[in-house]
Amino acid sequence: MKRHFRVWRGDSSGGDLEDFDVEVNEGEVVLDVIHRLQATQTPDLACRWNCKAGKCGSCSMEINGMPRLGCMTRMSTFTADETVTITPLRTFPVIRDLVTDVSFNYEKARETPAFAPPAGVAPGEYRMQQVDVERSQEFRKCIECFLCQNTCHVVRDHEENKEAFAGPRFFIRAAELDMHPLDARTDRKQHAQQGQGLGFCNITKCCTEVCPEHIKITDNAIIPMKERVVDRRYDPLVRLGRKIFRRDQLEAAGESVPRATPATAETPSGRRLPESPALGPDGRLDIAELSAPIQGGPSPFGEDITFPLPPERVTYHHPDPS
Amino acid sequence: MTTTPTRHLYDVVVIGAGGAGLRAAIEARLAGKKTAIISKSLFGKAHTVMAEGGAAAAMGNANSRDNWMVHFRDTMRGGKFLNNFRMAELHAKEAPERIWELETYGALFDRTKDGKISQRNFGGHEYPRLAHVGDRTGLELIRTLQQKIVSLQQEDFAATGSYDARIRVFQETTITELMLDGDRVAGAFGYDRESGDLLLFEAPAVVLATGGVGRSYKVTSNSWEYTGDGHALALRAGATLINMEFLQFHPTGMVWPPSVKGILVTESVRGDGGVLRNSEGKRFMFEYVPDVFRKQYAETEEEADRWYTDPDDNRRPPELLPRDEVARAINSEVKAGRGSPAGGVFLDISTRLPAEQIIRRLPSMHHQFKELADVDITKEPMEVGPTCHYVMGGVEVDPDSGAAFGSVQGLFAAGEVSGGMHGSNRLGGNSLSDLLVFGKRAGEHAAAYLDALPSRPKVSRVDVAAATEVALAPLARADGENPYTLQQDLQAVMGDLVGIIRREGELSDALKRLHEIRLRVATVAVGGGRRYNPGWHLALDLRNMLVVSECTAKAALEREESRGGHTREDFPKMSPQWRRVNLVCSLDEGGQVHLERKPVPAMRPELFDLFERSELAKYLTDEELGEE
Ligand SMILES: Cc1cc2nc3c(=O)[nH]c(=O)nc-3n(C[C@H](O)[C@H](O)[C@H](O)COP(=O)(O)OP(=O)(O)OC[C@H]3O[C@@H](n4cnc5c(N)ncnc54)[C@H](O)[C@@H]3O)c2cc1C
Ligand code: SF4
Ligand code: SF4
Ligand code: FES
Repeated sequence: MKRHFRVWRGDSSGGDLEDFDVEVNEGEVVLDVIHRLQATQTPDLACRWNCKAGKCGSCSMEINGMPRLGCMTRMSTFTADETVTITPLRTFPVIRDLVTDVSFNYEKARETPAFAPPAGVAPGEYRMQQVDVERSQEFRKCIECFLCQNTCHVVRDHEENKEAFAGPRFFIRAAELDMHPLDARTDRKQHAQQGQGLGFCNITKCCTEVCPEHIKITDNAIIPMKERVVDRRYDPLVRLGRKIFRRDQLEAAGESVPRATPATAETPSGRRLPESPALGPDGRLDIAELSAPIQGGPSPFGEDITFPLPPERVTYHHPDPS
Repeated sequence: MTTTPTRHLYDVVVIGAGGAGLRAAIEARLAGKKTAIISKSLFGKAHTVMAEGGAAAAMGNANSRDNWMVHFRDTMRGGKFLNNFRMAELHAKEAPERIWELETYGALFDRTKDGKISQRNFGGHEYPRLAHVGDRTGLELIRTLQQKIVSLQQEDFAATGSYDARIRVFQETTITELMLDGDRVAGAFGYDRESGDLLLFEAPAVVLATGGVGRSYKVTSNSWEYTGDGHALALRAGATLINMEFLQFHPTGMVWPPSVKGILVTESVRGDGGVLRNSEGKRFMFEYVPDVFRKQYAETEEEADRWYTDPDDNRRPPELLPRDEVARAINSEVKAGRGSPAGGVFLDISTRLPAEQIIRRLPSMHHQFKELADVDITKEPMEVGPTCHYVMGGVEVDPDSGAAFGSVQGLFAAGEVSGGMHGSNRLGGNSLSDLLVFGKRAGEHAAAYLDALPSRPKVSRVDVAAATEVALAPLARADGENPYTLQQDLQAVMGDLVGIIRREGELSDALKRLHEIRLRVATVAVGGGRRYNPGWHLALDLRNMLVVSECTAKAALEREESRGGHTREDFPKMSPQWRRVNLVCSLDEGGQVHLERKPVPAMRPELFDLFERSELAKYLTDEELGEE
């Protein structure tokens, strides 16, 4: 049966949706349709794929606006007369057609400090219990499809946040190492918070929703990382020797600032070190972030102001052009 | 767009970013060499990512009786004694160290009760031997190596201010030709897939780790990357290929829906208790145990079922026979009219394990069937049939160093692209460990080769110009054949005439047709530009697929016996005389495939003694046994 498709074609200089009618057979997925297009109508249609079984994370695209794997989206999930629109990932620069430049993610990977092997444990002597490795194993299921990175509103349409924000894929990497029973580093949370921009995340859970591996990114990685940063800072038991304050507190006290940095270097992605939200008097995160009726952090202007303000209340004056 | 390639200078160029390539690159970098890693797909997405079951290493965690000698024996048996014994020996001895090393890079394998790496059963392995992470072991392996490389880059960043100072990944870059200076490797030529820019890597040592050839078949578990590039690059550089007639057809690929036909169903389903049944509901594998394996496999369902809990006092279920046996058995059942509706047989785990255990032990299979075929494997059986999976044949190498034989120097090969290690049939799980063991060795010896080299070989301009012309030719032709049609025709020839069961007439026919396709490939034309143009990419890959297919067909025609991944209907028996022969392919001056016979190296006496004479008598000639 022929079905109607609209596929975005173009490159960095621009492009448009093109219409195609393509034969679709029983049991096929969207990637099959793209392959048929290549073989019959548009030999140069660019699209990444490898495994065709949801294992490699190459075929990420947006199908009717939803970030998905082309090889795991069955045609039977659409109604028979539905037009299927296929576009490239929106958060990354287009190279051609459905292929985008995902180097952002590889840069962020480099800035995440690697596993630190425990000193004095010889290869072959690693002992860990299954229950203890399972938490990290959940995150190691990640196939690096970058759908979560593409979806997160912090960087989607906000190019300016990309420098400071590593994104959900790398929050789970930090969490994975934090929960690794034998990892020798103890500053994974600080890194997530100060080096990766965990504070930008306001737990909208969009990343979890699109993850094809069903990794509970927000519940199992981001929230524990946020909360446990707090725990570790203020838990009296671990306070000794690990007394860490927020940067601004330290700077106020005139101390030199220890930075959470990649294994070796300055935070390479730039000078702007994001902060987590302020802590309450009990040293814990304000729960409002989780329970607030609106999405996103509380407004810095308070909840009772509605924008735009009437002109008489605006205190800002535009400098005179002369 | 310019036709002058961008030049890059490296000490070692590793072509391939799968398990073998990454491990080789790590070793070369640790030896202080400036290393480039080149990959057709994105970093971390090489084919290794798809491996499911596990990596075989005789660590003895699950059964303390396991050791390298048992592993060596299993490997030789699986390969029907055609293996290069030295490779099988090194592999069995070094695999545990390589796996343990991964833990120091951050890998998290599933654990035993006492906290060691858990090991699972797999076809052809006497004891539970496969280190695994659920059924996504390949992903763990590649991610671990990828992250190790990143950590080395971080060290370099600290030392030099640049991540790429000593080891750099060129992703989405395809190598189309190796550059030589006389007989010595001088570099590699290719293009960047994203931009279409041409690239020239100048390097005195090249490690091939490009994987397999499965895309020459329509029903395959392999991805588009598997076009035999490394095999063809090696041939054109003067190296030789061995064992090319041996292709592994994995017994259990999906058969429905048609669009996913060939996608792998891991052997762990059977290792964890899954059984094969025909349309009459019969567990047919009991009828297909060949004589050479009679002693190790159960004869009744009761004994087979007891084995899962008490492996020491019972024999293994016949579902766990080596892959070639199972694939042939399924093929026969389907031919005899006892197949499933979609033309396979039934693989059932739903009646064998509780649902919750199935989901925990085989999560990606559960996911895959649910998403792709609407089948819940905890409730219904799966339909499966053979799929082209792995090529045993590959670059003929020195077992210790991975250096390619033939006239070329400075070329190394590791992983699926190399030949010899697995003989006529690979055991499941032996590939992932092979990648690590021989990847490391190739990286190490490439670095050592460099140290001994008096002067750097030079790339000649004429060669670069020739490679440029070849690479751009399909775009320059005004009209010609469509590459996709050609690929389909090639796949049809290979699938129909050089498939699981082979016959003389069909093989000769295949060679004729391949010759015709070769002429057509020379006229292939594609539209569009150089920027990420899959048609162009395929057009260039076709040339490699073709020459590798010719090697397979030629060697299959020559070998008049059935052994492992090569079954001749007209010569159904295994012949001890043929066991002594390796078929070696090379290219002659005119670019034609040339086939030669070469003796298989004889096992050292102490390895010989690891086997019972009665077992050896099934494989070897009287003359060889007498020599002992
Ligand atoms: C579905 C499936 C399941 C499997 N399960 C198991 C298992 O459980 N246990 C096991 O031991 N084995 C298993 N195998 C086999 C095993 O995964 C492969 O044999 C192995 O991963 C090959 O690794 P490699 O390093 O040789 O090559 P690959 O991982 O395939 O990497 C090849 C690399 O070479 C690059 N490349 C190729 N050509 C070029 C070129 N011209 N220019 C530049 N780069 C190039 C590719 O881009 C890629 O990066 C499985 C295979 C499949 C398909
Ligand atoms: S939960 Fe956080 S990381 Fe995930 S999409 Fe929302 S803001 Fe982004
Ligand atoms: S966490 Fe999930 S969505 Fe994000 S990259 Fe990994 S697999 Fe993809
Ligand atoms: S092709 Fe590998 S995830 Fe879709």
